[in-house]
Amino acid sequence: MGYTENELAKDLENQEYKFGFVTNIASDKAPKGLNEDIIRFISSKKNEPEWLLEHRLKAFSIWKEMTEPEWAHVHYEKPNFQDITYYSAPKQTKKYESWDDVDPELKETMAKLGISMEEQQRLTGVAVDFVMDSVSVATSFKSKLKELGIIFCSFSEAVQEYPDLVKKHMGTVVPVTDNFYAALNSAVFTDGSFCYIPKGVRCPMELSTYFRINEGGTGQFERTLVVADEGSYVSYLEGCTAPQRDENQLHAAVVELIALDNAEIKYSTVQNWYPGDKEGKGGVFNFVTKRGICEKNAKISWTQVETGSAVTWKYPSCILKGDHSIGEFYSVAVTNNFQQADTGTKMIHLGKHTKSTIISKGISAGKSQNSYRGLVQIHKNAEHARNFSQCDSLLMTDECGAHTFPYIECKNSTAKIEHEATTSKIGEDQIFYCLQRGISEEKAISLIVNGYCKEVLNQLPMEFAVEAQKLLAISLEGSVG
Amino acid sequence: MNELIQDSKVTSFVEFLPKTKLPFNNELLLKASDVLKSIDFPTTRTEAWKYTRLGRIAAIPTREQIARAGKNLSREFINANFQISNNGLTFVFENGIFRSDLSSGEFPKGATIKPLTGCTKEELATVGQSIPLENELFNSMNTVYAIDGMSIVIEDKTIIEEPIQFIHLLTGKNTVANLRNFIHIGKFAKAEIMQSFFALDAENSFANSITEINVSENAHLIVNKLQCEAEGNFHVSTEQVDQAKDATFTINTFTLDGTFVRNNLNISVNGVNATTNLNGAYILNKQQHVDNHTCVDHRAPHCNSNELYKGVIDNKATAVFNGKVFVRKDAQKINAFQSNANVLLSDFSTVNSKPELEIYADDVKCSHGSTTGQLDEEAVFYLRARGISDRSARNLMVEAFIGQVLEKIENEALLKFTQEKLNKRFNWESIVE
Repeated sequence: MGYTENELAKDLENQEYKFGFVTNIASDKAPKGLNEDIIRFISSKKNEPEWLLEHRLKAFSIWKEMTEPEWAHVHYEKPNFQDITYYSAPKQTKKYESWDDVDPELKETMAKLGISMEEQQRLTGVAVDFVMDSVSVATSFKSKLKELGIIFCSFSEAVQEYPDLVKKHMGTVVPVTDNFYAALNSAVFTDGSFCYIPKGVRCPMELSTYFRINEGGTGQFERTLVVADEGSYVSYLEGCTAPQRDENQLHAAVVELIALDNAEIKYSTVQNWYPGDKEGKGGVFNFVTKRGICEKNAKISWTQVETGSAVTWKYPSCILKGDHSIGEFYSVAVTNNFQQADTGTKMIHLGKHTKSTIISKGISAGKSQNSYRGLVQIHKNAEHARNFSQCDSLLMTDECGAHTFPYIECKNSTAKIEHEATTSKIGEDQIFYCLQRGISEEKAISLIVNGYCKEVLNQLPMEFAVEAQKLLAISLEGSVG
Repeated sequence: MNELIQDSKVTSFVEFLPKTKLPFNNELLLKASDVLKSIDFPTTRTEAWKYTRLGRIAAIPTREQIARAGKNLSREFINANFQISNNGLTFVFENGIFRSDLSSGEFPKGATIKPLTGCTKEELATVGQSIPLENELFNSMNTVYAIDGMSIVIEDKTIIEEPIQFIHLLTGKNTVANLRNFIHIGKFAKAEIMQSFFALDAENSFANSITEINVSENAHLIVNKLQCEAEGNFHVSTEQVDQAKDATFTINTFTLDGTFVRNNLNISVNGVNATTNLNGAYILNKQQHVDNHTCVDHRAPHCNSNELYKGVIDNKATAVFNGKVFVRKDAQKINAFQSNANVLLSDFSTVNSKPELEIYADDVKCSHGSTTGQLDEEAVFYLRARGISDRSARNLMVEAFIGQVLEKIENEALLKFTQEKLNKRFNWESIVE
């Protein structure tokens, strides 16, 4: 008997989360709940300057007035914001002088995550910033980057050492008033990564951050700020995992990218937060605000492989402000079991001759719901703007759903916008074709799914592409890869 | 009970409208009036009205409506100006009121066709069953204040050769006309209906039309909708269609005039092997605002639906397209295609397009496409190089673009009528030689 889609569906259901280990590291936790005192506590723990505390308190007062958004095509029990620990740091927060000083257990965690630092340092030349729960624990390759004038450090370090840069750029792309979760993040964010590439510098290696929620009952609120100065280039990678827990953990991050004239930022994410078990219990709520702004001739490219999280609510966006700027969005979103994803992008064309490309591939399996939601907006003065969008969905079982909600708004008659979307399952004729040529059904499905995602996976940097393919294989284990 | 809203614009809007005299189900009327008491005009914060503002409709001083039927018109005048096909039945309504003096034609066999005012309570028992009222201002308003409309019941195995025409005229100032039609096509029956909307010396008037359509097994129905209300008038129309198995339903919507037009097309495909075709063209100018909302709800497997909407937007006009294809769980083997194409002719025109797919079954082929662009300058150059003026070249290209939708019209009289309207509007005649 050949391998049938039903078997594939069964395998998908039974497949377990590989990153569900908990690291036993003593951590420094704030009491549960959210109020001004907690915010002051976080701020003082981080030894922050007064302006940042004010910024937090302002965000908090705005957040209190806001209500949770309900428009997304997802259903979940709203988190109780008073039942979350907003600060949890691994206890040894002293800075490591060298890699050898790092707690061996922590190293093991990283090894389990497949990001053995030694290996990566030596073999791949990736500089990694590792954020566990809320605090950045190790950043590699720092000295080498420093020679070029590149700043790559944890957010809290940046606040201490480069307050002017942080103050100048933070909140310019995602203002505190932006949305419910961005406001929450602005009030309680604990750490994250900061990156600055000076004028004309091409970052020689991929910069990478790994996020992990470890402690139970905590939320992770990190903040990433990447500033690429005129004519510079950087490729930035981000990975996420979390341990297996019965409760829903909240992850509300804010990522801001600033690409000044002629700069280019490539931002790749492999998101593999714990998706919950087969019954849909537990899992991470991933409510993320990601946005970049492009000045003249600049380019921002978002690539994401989304395999985790119980609920995803994420729209990496580009504001194409400068003339001739380019925005790209490549996404593979896989949902399985009871996962729900509402993800897509916004391309806001303000400048003349701006271009954007959207390629979104959704794969739904199990009883999951997978939605693409996107906005392409051409403003009045965005002459000769160009957009191409393609959103494909693949359905693996008859109990899942795939949805497409594109919004296309055009106010300029010189713009050219194309949007197309398809929804289908793996064609029986395609499988038949493969079978005929001696390829087993299992291999055929794998081949087709891989081919289906290729367009996006090709956009990932080499190291990540391998990992993403591995993840895809795990997510659809037993059949693909 | 819904919570009552104080100072709702709806209350003052409907205050001077005459309550319906149609023998509707009491429960329905009660429910609809409850809804009217509890809601206000939707704002752009409501997803379904995201791109369409209703302020100008809400501002119609209904207290001052100078209306009612009785405009001095002759049958010849109607024939010359508004009648599309000279064959078949033609019914004329003025501000929602039936004008028997202007209507003409012979009643076909096998069909019961009469104004709703002439129907009994039993005959109207099923009216309004599939129309959602909750949070639906225009549906509720139409239910409580419906003036008149047509009831068409085609018996099983009856083929009506000639199209049945409705001509809706808006006259007077600040008029509000709530029209209600009810169409039932029996098993194996076939019919074609033409609904056209015009305004005659009307100003600041508003037509709110609902047509409930029931297409039985193996039946075949074509609905042609022509919207030509003159500038300064508003139109909201809703078609609620229920399709049984093996039925074929086609609707062609042509929006040529009218300051504000909103079309809600809700098609519920309840039986297997049904075919649904939706075609639409909108040719906008000045400050027109046209909003096409369509929803094809596939509740049964093995069905096909095709949707093609094309629009040309000039001057300060705005076009909105929101097409939704909904495939329910277990509605397998659905082929659903949707396409929306727009051409912007002016720097001040706007297009908002939102094609949606919501799919809960896996063995389907569904796709949608949406494009927005302008006329190809190279093609314009090609034509100009052959001695065609710039204006003619552009007109020719617009005509070709819209032609794809016009091609779908099977009725020659309608095609001719539509083309004449367009020619007048765009001066297209100058091209043809």
